[in-house]
Order: sequence, then structure tokens, then C-alpha cells
Amino acid sequence: MRRPRSTNKFIEIDMLPIFFVAILIILWEIVVKLHIIDAFILPAPSSVVSALINTFDLMWPHITVTVFQAIVGFIVAIILSIIIAVTMDSIAIVKRTLYPIIITSQAVPIVTIAPLFAIWFGFGYLPKIIIVVLVCFFPITISLLEGLASVDKELLNLLKSMGAGRWDIYKLVKFPATLPNFFSGLKISGTYSIMGSVIGEWVGGNMGLGRYMLRVRQSYANDRVFATIVVIVLLSIGVLKIIQFIEKKAMPWQEEKI
Amino acid sequence: MNSCHKTNKMKKLEVCNIKKSFDTLYTLDHVSLSLEENQFVSILGPSGSGKSTLFNIIAGVQQADAGTILIKGEDYTGKTGRISYMYQKDLLMPWRTILENVSIPLILKGTGKRAAEKEATPYFELFGLKGFEDRYPHQLSGGMRQRAALLRTYLFAQDIMLLDEPFGGLDAITKRKMQRWLLEVLDNLKASILFITHDIDEAIFLSDKIYVLSDRPAKVKEVFDVPIERPRDDKVFTCEAFIKIKEAILNLL
Repeated sequence: MRRPRSTNKFIEIDMLPIFFVAILIILWEIVVKLHIIDAFILPAPSSVVSALINTFDLMWPHITVTVFQAIVGFIVAIILSIIIAVTMDSIAIVKRTLYPIIITSQAVPIVTIAPLFAIWFGFGYLPKIIIVVLVCFFPITISLLEGLASVDKELLNLLKSMGAGRWDIYKLVKFPATLPNFFSGLKISGTYSIMGSVIGEWVGGNMGLGRYMLRVRQSYANDRVFATIVVIVLLSIGVLKIIQFIEKKAMPWQEEKI
Repeated sequence: MNSCHKTNKMKKLEVCNIKKSFDTLYTLDHVSLSLEENQFVSILGPSGSGKSTLFNIIAGVQQADAGTILIKGEDYTGKTGRISYMYQKDLLMPWRTILENVSIPLILKGTGKRAAEKEATPYFELFGLKGFEDRYPHQLSGGMRQRAALLRTYLFAQDIMLLDEPFGGLDAITKRKMQRWLLEVLDNLKASILFITHDIDEAIFLSDKIYVLSDRPAKVKEVFDVPIERPRDDKVFTCEAFIKIKEAILNLL
């Protein structure tokens, strides 16, 4: 197997996509600076960066609101997913009943039901948090269910022969065996959580990055719109990185395989 | 009706008239066998003949349609938690170190984690695993993983162990080494072993008694005593008694 070039295991970054993006950004800058595309249609990367720096103080309170909603919703989604997945795994009839419903629920576009939440739950944190929960719940639940169902039956039999009870089996086998699935679900949901929070804010209220973005868009401050996008992307990547860090700590046996 | 319950001498393990079908598949046809103190008994039969089902029934993980399992004269039919078994697959948990893996049976019996590990540690020397306590299973060779699986089985129940083709997944050379090692270790352990295999040489080399099973539905076709003295070494494979038994079994299958 080819060794990665970076010797530092923790950083291990492939430089190729970074070079590629850097070239794209330079091209973009040139295209705007040469007025091939007008700056009010597409702001130059340099003006996005300066907008980001100049308006960061303005954005900060919105960032905290969006992140707060995302984190609360994400945690609620994790707890809910674990409860539902374990119930479905341990009681066959519950799985048979709920599984198709959960799958179908994902076909409902969140954006279309989001406005209803404003009617039902008002303009505070609650409707936004509910949207984050709805967005994050599915990937975690499905990956947990798959993980729980794919545990080696022979291993379960072996533990039963040793007198293991239901709870022993979950504690000793099912939960640890499902951790890799759980984390891959978390990584998908984690990145969705920020986005879910932003979508929730589009519907109503006056705080959060989603609100802020609508406002700067309405005033045609496109550099600020892009600055907001950059912040949302960075936040999502931040969530992903935190989950990856916890994943490594939680599964030391995986790391040593490399 | 049968000889099962009538013997005066109490057997370590008695399997009486076990019958089992899965839907339309008739798997076990009144299988009876017995295992005495410190005996090594093999069950030899074609693949898919229901040998593993028999083990699951003895271990209490599956229910038989009819028949009983007696351990030291006590009825253990359909009860788990008395005997454990070992598979061709090591079934070590990848997220636990070897020490944590082998102490699982003790933890299941209610021993605390640290006390369980303390109890398991002295056996690592005998099982050739010393120095590997804190490794993860994927860092060990196939042979070592099987030894760890055997240690786990032993720590669960020290007197009777069910071994289901434990060396089936190993290469020929490692397999031979493991067979010799097993005999050596058993000298120290005083355990009665019920061993499943489809390898005739392996069965004769290791056993005191061999039950030959038929195709499905499996029933005991014939029982062979192996009158070869212990300790055994590689010369066993060429001795007269070995060849005679091998011939008889080959004729039967």
C-alpha cells in the first residue's frame, strides 16, 4: 500500500484538492477583476474575505443562535435515534411497523413543511430546533439500525451460551459493534445540523445566519451573502471535525488497524 | 428403552436421544453420546450434517424437539450458562483487547472487570499469549486468536468444553501445531472435551473416542475407541492402531 506523504497522522491532508480550489479562486478573482463578470453579480473572493472580516462582529450573534439551535437539535436527534433504533431492534413488530414510515417520512421535503412549524410553534427557537431534529434524525437512526442488525449472530449465540442477558448483549456486543455505523450517521447528520438550523430560520424570527443571509441578500450585498456561506461551510466542517475527533477517541481499536 | 439413563457410572456429559428438525429439514435423528471425566471425544461427520446444531443444543442456545442433556447427572436441557463452546471463527470482539476478551465470561458471571482480568492473567502463559494481553485481536495471528478463544471458553467452564472445528480455518502447518499444543495444554487443564471435526486424522490424533455421524438426518453410525497411549506425538500418525481406525472410518463414510 502507498504511504500517505504527510508523516503527521493527525493532520494527514491531501494537498491536491487544496491546490485545485486555490486555482479556482485565483481564476474567479481574475474574472471579476477584469470585469468579465460584474462584481454585483459575483463578488470577487477578495471582497468576500474583506466582507467577512468587516462584518464579523455583526454576524457573531447570529452565528451563536444558529449554532445553539443546531447543537440542541443534534443532541435531541441523537438521543431520539438511539431510543427508537434500540426499540426497533429489540422488538421485531415495532421495526416492522415503523421502518416503512420512517423511510417515507424522508420523502417529505423539509422546506415545504417548515413554514407550518412557524404557525404551530411560533417564531422562537422551538420550530428551528424541531427542523434540525427532523433533518438529523434519519441518518443516525438508519445507520444505527443497520449496525444493530448486522452484529454477528454466532457471537450473540456464544454470549447467550455464557448466560448473557439482553442488557449484557447490548452493552458488550451490540453497542460497541454499532459504533462505526453510529459515527458515520453522526458525520452525515452533523453537517446537516447547521444547514437545518439555517433553513429553519428562513421561515421566521429575526436571529440566526439564515435570517442574516436573507437580509443581506435583500439589500443586494452579495459579498456578505458569500461571507455567510463561507461561515456556514466552516461551521459544518467544524462539526464534522469534532465528530471525527471523538470517533477516533471512542474507537481506539480502529486507529491501530492502520 | 435406551442405555442413556441406565448406566450406573455418572457421566460428565450425556446427550440422550436428541431430535431436531427445522421446518421440513430433519437434522438430528435421536443422537445419543456421552463424555466421561477427562475424556476427549470427537464427533466426526460430513459438513452440514447438523453437528453444530447439536452443539448449540448442548450449550442450550437452541431447543431440541426431543431428548435430554445431562451434565453430571443433572438436567440441563435447553439451559444456557453451564457449558460454552468455541468455533472455527474466533469470535473475539475487535473492540476489546485480548485480556478484555477472555475475561468476558467472568464478567458475565458477575465478577468485576478488574477482578476478572486479574483472574484471567495467570493463564496467558499456559495459553502462549503472554505479552499480548493488551493487543487487539487483529494484531494477532490466526493461531493465537484461536488460543485466546480457547482460553475464553476455558474461563467460562473449566470442566467441559465444546470445540466446533476450532482449527478448521487455519493453514495445515498451523493446524498441526495447534493440535499438538492442545494436547499439551489439556494435560494441565483436566477438562473433558467434545470436539467436532470432519478431519479424520485430527479426530484420531486427539481423541479417546470417536462418534461417526451419518449424513442428514444425522445419527450415530458407529463409535470407535482410540487405544493409542498418551502422551501422543507425530509418530501416532504412522502407528498401526491409527491406520486401522482410519481404514475403518474411511470404509464407513
